[in-house]
Amino acid sequence: MSLDKDQVQHIAMLARLRLADDEFAETQDKLSRIVDFVDQLSAAPTDAVVPMAHPLNQAQRLRPDQVTEANERERMQKNAPAVADGLYLVPKVLE
Amino acid sequence: MALHEQTLTELKAGLDRGDFTAVDITQALLDRIAAHGKDLNAFITVMGETALANAGQADKARAADQGGVLNGLPIVHKDIFCLRDVLTTCGSRMLKDFVSPYDATVVERLAGAGAVVLGKTNMDEFAMGSSNETSFFGPVKNPWGLEYSPGGSSGGSAASVAARLSPAATGTDTGGSIRQPAALTNTVGFKPTYGRVSRYGMVAFASSLDQAGVITRSAEDAALLLGVMAGFDERDSTSIDHPVPDYVAGLGESLDGLRVGVVRQHFDAGLDEATGKAVRDALAVLEARGATLTEVDLPNLDYCVPTYYVVAPAECSSNMSRFDGVRFGHRAEDPKDLLDLYCRSRGEGFGAEVKRRIMTGTYVLSAGYYDAYYLQAQKVRQLISEDFKKAFEKVDVIAGPTTPTPAFKLGAKTDDPITMYLNDIYTIGANLAGLPAMSTPCGMVNDFPVGLHLVGPHWAEASLLRTAHQYQTQTDWHTRCPEAYR
Repeated sequence: MSLDKDQVQHIAMLARLRLADDEFAETQDKLSRIVDFVDQLSAAPTDAVVPMAHPLNQAQRLRPDQVTEANERERMQKNAPAVADGLYLVPKVLE
Repeated sequence: MALHEQTLTELKAGLDRGDFTAVDITQALLDRIAAHGKDLNAFITVMGETALANAGQADKARAADQGGVLNGLPIVHKDIFCLRDVLTTCGSRMLKDFVSPYDATVVERLAGAGAVVLGKTNMDEFAMGSSNETSFFGPVKNPWGLEYSPGGSSGGSAASVAARLSPAATGTDTGGSIRQPAALTNTVGFKPTYGRVSRYGMVAFASSLDQAGVITRSAEDAALLLGVMAGFDERDSTSIDHPVPDYVAGLGESLDGLRVGVVRQHFDAGLDEATGKAVRDALAVLEARGATLTEVDLPNLDYCVPTYYVVAPAECSSNMSRFDGVRFGHRAEDPKDLLDLYCRSRGEGFGAEVKRRIMTGTYVLSAGYYDAYYLQAQKVRQLISEDFKKAFEKVDVIAGPTTPTPAFKLGAKTDDPITMYLNDIYTIGANLAGLPAMSTPCGMVNDFPVGLHLVGPHWAEASLLRTAHQYQTQTDWHTRCPEAYR
């Protein structure tokens, strides 16, 4: 297994994912297989190759910093699990 | 011919002649969806009432000599496209109650041209899968054999077109998610050049690879829809401003002088023998139509799948971070603090494959591994793209198999993620290089369909559609329908 238990736990924490006890072993096994599989990339001859960030090698288009959308807070918050007075509710962060 | 048996182009002609109305078509297809949709598990939402109302509007517009090029023609949308006031689940528990507050540009353009949406189709969760088995709503069945996978991730779209529940469907393709299910269900699947069709309102999986396209029964219908969907969109920062030709007008041109590239590595040991034969027969048909066949080399082909499984999960892990249990989507009960809210909402809301991809992406982007995995994959991606560039100096179109084998049984590849990933070996290159590509039916192996894969240089949509259309004038594979759905 190329990824040990602690590594998988660490990755899950970085990704903000709680894995249930019964899915941990399978996740570790399959993730390890994926990492082993993509390891073959290290053999590719890439000296002096420029990394490709955009499939057409284009730069990001910029637009003027102008407000284009109307404020539709109520409409948008209809999908929110918990709101009050137009605010999103989360558990207490500061005591 | 019964209404469900007709292609978009045939229905359009019938509407123009006054043989039937848009309401007739909509009702006939809603009846088919009611009769077969459940067995196939192809739909997540059926929009009967609004579809009939919109069809009625289309008929009124037609009576007044108004309406766009798709006026009254039916379509179904993959459930990855946002539709205003309609459930948009992306096949996930995370979004199972999400009602979109706005329309995707693709949805808006098709509706603007008069298309009538019948419903939204099932898919692999967040488009991550090649068999439709990762959907929270259960797998879609292949109309050619209900124990078989229709492919994925646009499996519901492909199955509904194959079973004649709709003549056309939208799909999205990040590594083959339009073309692979099209090949496995005997439909036409088209993925345009990256940036050709707006991604606005299309739930993002891997933003440098995702592209919207269509699944239809003919190249002609794909051309008709693409003409409406393509074009620059201010609201998608990756949309590219490039002229949109009349795709339908170019279909009739002959293939005389068309240089077709055949990739030697495509016919290596990994390819099923009978599938290979069907594809070679198809190449002979293109040759007989005036094309010349030339062997080309894609030396880095074997790196396509591993490159993809670094780049796509990396982008996925960033995109999926928006699901936090706060603004929309699933939220865990009684979180003890903010971290617990994030971790449990995401842990419960995402299925196993999505979690694996997020974690793979997190790993390859994490400190100490970024250079070895992500940066290296981006370099190999450049090599793969250069291979295509060199090949397209010699040829106009590359032709080969869409998939290594015909449809596989549901459950056959779920134990090993790598076996599943290798399904997309022939299709992934086009996404990595941002190229237009399509699959068109080209044969049957043991009563299951085989797809011919065509890839072109950037913006060569018209020549792919013409090649497929000319092939379809010489063959009838694309007209075949599973017996139970005739």
